[in-house]
Order: sequence, then C-alpha cells, then structure tokens
Amino acid sequence: MNNCEYQQIDPQALSTPIPTPTLPQPTVVVEKEKREKARKKWEVFPGKNRFYCDGRIIVAGQSGVLPLTIGLILVTTGLFFVFDCPFLVKHLTVFIPAIGGVLFVFVVISLLQTSFTDPGILPRATPDEAADIERQIDSSGSSSYRPPPRTKEVMINQQVVKLKYCFTCKMFRPPRTSHCSLCDNCVERFDHHCPWVGNCVGKRNYRFFYTFIVSLSFLTAFIFGCVATHLALRAQGGRGLMFALQESPASAVELVICFFSVWSILGLSGFHTYLVASNLTTNEDIKGSWSGKSGAEDTVNPYSYNTIITNCCSVLCGPMPPSLIDRRGFVPVEASSQTSATEMELPMLPVKKETNVVGGPALSQLPPHAFQCAQGTKDLLGSASRSPCPTTGKPQPVAAADPAVTFNPALISDPAAMPSLTCGGRHHSHTTSPPDEPRHHHHHHNRHHRTRSRRGRGSKRPALHISNPAYNASLSPPSSPGPRPSHTGARDPRRDSIVALH
Amino acid sequence: RPEPNRKSLEGAESPYCPATFHNLQELRHSASLANKVFIQRDYSEGTTCRFQTKFPSELDSRIERTLFEDTVKTLNNYYAEAEKIGGQSYLEGCLACTTAYIIFLCMETRYEKVLKKIGRYIQEQNEKIYAPRGLLITDPIERGMRVIEISIYEDRASSGSSSGSSSTSGTSAR
Repeated sequence: MNNCEYQQIDPQALSTPIPTPTLPQPTVVVEKEKREKARKKWEVFPGKNRFYCDGRIIVAGQSGVLPLTIGLILVTTGLFFVFDCPFLVKHLTVFIPAIGGVLFVFVVISLLQTSFTDPGILPRATPDEAADIERQIDSSGSSSYRPPPRTKEVMINQQVVKLKYCFTCKMFRPPRTSHCSLCDNCVERFDHHCPWVGNCVGKRNYRFFYTFIVSLSFLTAFIFGCVATHLALRAQGGRGLMFALQESPASAVELVICFFSVWSILGLSGFHTYLVASNLTTNEDIKGSWSGKSGAEDTVNPYSYNTIITNCCSVLCGPMPPSLIDRRGFVPVEASSQTSATEMELPMLPVKKETNVVGGPALSQLPPHAFQCAQGTKDLLGSASRSPCPTTGKPQPVAAADPAVTFNPALISDPAAMPSLTCGGRHHSHTTSPPDEPRHHHHHHNRHHRTRSRRGRGSKRPALHISNPAYNASLSPPSSPGPRPSHTGARDPRRDSIVALH
Repeated sequence: RPEPNRKSLEGAESPYCPATFHNLQELRHSASLANKVFIQRDYSEGTTCRFQTKFPSELDSRIERTLFEDTVKTLNNYYAEAEKIGGQSYLEGCLACTTAYIIFLCMETRYEKVLKKIGRYIQEQNEKIYAPRGLLITDPIERGMRVIEISIYEDRASSGSSSGSSSTSGTSAR
C-alpha cells in the first residue's frame, strides 16, 4: 500500500527548500518571528511549467515551436502590409488593410492567450488526501513494488465511465482529465498538447485556441486571396506572371507560406468545429472512447447535449472556470504573518485585480483577536494539511518508487500493451518533439494520422523526462527503506510534529 | 463589522462534542488535529461540480446528519449556479469573444463572484456550526475543487477517549 509521505517536488525548489513548519507543539501561534521571505506557490509548483511576471504568466515547460508560429505570423502579415497593401489600396479599396488588421489583432491576442493561460491544471493531491484515497482503495497488502492499475467506475448520465488513478498526482482523475507528460500535470478536459502554441489545450483555454485557429484560417485565406489578386492585377496587360513576381518578390514569399498553411489550418479548424459541435475532445476522438471503436458496446458520449447549438454554446460560450492552481498565493508557512494572508488570484493575463476568496474579506470583518485566531486556524489547517496523516504510519516499501516503470506515456505507442495506468500515451505519441521537424506544416489533424501508422514501432526515448520524483525525505516515514533515489538527508521536523501530535 | 456572536455560538453547543469549542479562538488554543474527512465529487451528472452528500461515518458522532447535508447541498447549489449555462453566460461568452477575450482582464466573471459567495458561506458555516463542534471545513477551491476537506479536532485536554464515547447517535434534540 502506498504511503502518503512521499511527495514529488520540483527540482528547482530543492535548492531553496520549502519552509517547513517549525512547530514543536501542535498549537499554532501566529508569531511574527524572523521574517523569512514567504514564497509564492508558483515557486514551488511541482509541474514542468514556467512562470513569469511573478506568476501571472504561465507557459509549458517546453515552448515548442511557439517562436516559429509567432515569427511566421508576424513576417507574413508584415510583408503583406508593407508590400501588398499600398498597391491594393490604390487599386481596390482601403478596407483591405483594415480587415487584415482586425484579423491580425485577433490572431495575435488569441495566440498569446492560448499560450499563457492555465489550461485547467489540477493541483496535486495533498498528502492527507492521497492517504485517504489509498485507504479507500482495496489494499490487500501487496508487497510488490508495482501497485495494480487502479480504476474506479462511475456512472455519468447512465453511461459507465472509468476513472483512472494518476500516480504522479496521487488522485483519481476526474472524467475527461488527462495527464500531460510534457507538462507533468493533470489537465481538465484535456484536448491535446499543442507545440505550435507551446501549451496544453484544456478546459480553460480551449475557446482561445479555437478562436486562434479560426481567425488564423481567415487571415491566411485573406492574405492568400489578396496576394493572388495583387499579382493578377500586376500581371494584367499581358505582362505575365514572372514580371509581376519580379516587381514584388515579397508576394512570392507570402504566397508560398500561405499556400502551405491554409490547407492544414483550414483542416484543423474544420476538425475542431466538428469536435465542438459534438462536445468531444481530441483525446477522446483519437482513442475512440465514445464511438464504439474500442470494442465496447453501445457507447454514447455522456457529455454531449445532443444538439449542435447547445454543444457549441456550452464549449465556447460557457462560464469561464477559475484557475485551480493558486499561483500567486503564498505557500502556507507557520510563521506567515497576517500580511501574507492567502490570496486567491484568478487571472489569466497580467494586470488583473486580485480577488481574495476564502478568508480574505471575511477575515477583515472580524475583530482583531478573531482575525488572529482565524488566521491561526488557517495556518493550523495549512500545517496540518502538510503533515502526514496521524492515522497512517505503517512503513511500507515505497511502492511507486519507480514510476518510470509504472507510468511512462512516452514509451507507449501501443496503448493496448499498457495497463490502464496512462491515458496520456496517445496524446504524447502524437506530439513528438517539434524541433525534430521544423519545416513540417503538418498540424495535429495530419499528425494523428501519422502516429496511427507509427503505432507499430515503439519509440525508444528514455523516460527520463517524465517526472523524476525526488522524494521529500522529510515527509517519509522513518523506517521506510524503499528504492528511493538517494535524496538529501534532510532533517525531519515533521517527525517531531508527528510525535507531538500523538 | 459583524463579530462572531458568542451567544449564538454557545447556543449551538451540541451534545456531540464533549469538548465544546465556543469559537475559532478556543479551537486554536486547545485543539489538536485528529483526523480529516474528504468528501469526494459526485460525477453522476457529468463534469459539473457536485459533491457527494453521503454522510461520512467519522462525523457520525460529531455533527447532525441534517446539518451536514444542508451544507453540502447549499454548496452544490452554489456551484450549479456558477456553472449554469443559460442566457447570462451566453451573453458573457459572446461579448468576451467579440472583444477577443480582453474583457476578462477587466471584468470579474460570474464564476468568480459565486466563488466569493461560497467563501463567505463556508466561513460563516465554520463559525456558527462547525467550529463549536470541533470541525473545520476547507473551501474546495483550495483543494482543486476535488474534495471538501473537513478537519476533525479534538480537545487536547480530553486525551484518548474522545469523540463519541459518551454521546449516542444523533438526534436533533435541541
């Protein structure tokens, strides 16, 4: 049985260790002791994302080919405005650069929002929660290192859906949630990891992504049409196409870029329009979860509203869910003073006013002594949530010590071979590292067709890039050996707190 | 500013909890964390946020079933209100789309407003009902909306034989 004590932490956070609660006894006193700088949660975030602007901007671990995407768009549109627009304004109408400008603005804004928005990352389970789940799972005390694949079945709208257990995040994934190995996060309503925007596409940024590809297809088609018109007008009078190209060589560049892009982007837009209308995700479509391809009986998509309009509206115009990873809040520390009351910022982009959710406004309404104790209770709660469960404590070999064996979506291109540990196998196999294929304009629509043919061979990439857990020794039970990677011999203040709690 | 009303808290002293905590302050001073209960999500209606109303056995001796169920049902209603797709949410969505979603920078979405309401509600429930019984509810948003975490505290003075030794199973005899 897994214990709740190990915890994967971001290697970058190892250098400056997380401030551990220094309570010798369980009563928490809000002390304003020596002011160690309270760290914000984005600094100790366990996934592979990177944060900028003090946590306001979030990007995936690898930026993929986002610079290429931005570069192509800027170059093409720039050339269009500089070389084609003057001619077209003179000969046709002034609306051409206006429309182009509006489309360009839409494209850039939605691209930036797709890339820099939290796609719907689920925070990992707290140790107590993980332990509670462990207890509920039927544990027959298996002593093997490999716990059996864990699934839970739920009924959703009279349809049986299997929920899988995520070994990295230590929780049962909610429906439609998938673990992205590139970002090392569970993402809600996971669609796919898009290297072109350098981020996962999930519940919170799907509408931005859709706006991006639709406006990009309009922009590409528009530029293509305008450039073709431009060249045709120049070649009038029997002067020929070569003459026109010589006069305006930039148009040739634009023509080539647009010609190759427009098909793939239009195809992608059409594909995603189909997904939106049937309330599916790319992940589900590829795996054939609801179309009966996987051999199950009559399966219907339980999430669909069965009318196209309702599906479209719910996906694109539905309420915007909040970000669940509280990036800019402070890591709860026992010594946190009242000024670092946990703030909840629900933003996607910089310059967003801060909203204090739990405790914020309510705390300010209480009289000062109650404020202290309310804060103290929050700290107590925070510290309690970080200390191991008092009721567990059976030393067990760290069963999931080798997630490279149990959970390695990168190696799996044949999903049938893998027990139901991973649902990320497919999506990862169709997002191979983009720098290997810089010149390909194949988008995901074509990409997933290619991976189907690639299913036969397994990719031999080592699983090193998958979350290499550095177990937090301070959370581990004292007598548990386990084949852990040799972690620092960190002192164990929590042991004292465990003793004190009992 | 509303102060925690001591009278109402004392009136809520229940036969359940041998150590009666009159407010959060007492909780802090004399309590130790004994256990945590996690109320999981209920996915029977899809991916919308709902929590199971099944009464956990660990709370059997700490709080009346009806109070607990009321709390969870109210929370479920709040979340349903936040995620409701209807006229207003469509309007918000379409308006945001036409402005290339820049409007999200300036405006507080309906979801965020409801989350604030939920935060206040939980705070109020904690003060009035749960803290006097030695319990504390954590806002689900702090746990990724996956669980409602209820922490069970025990009076340190009454070590060992605590919760429920003398009290019988719940009646709402008040």
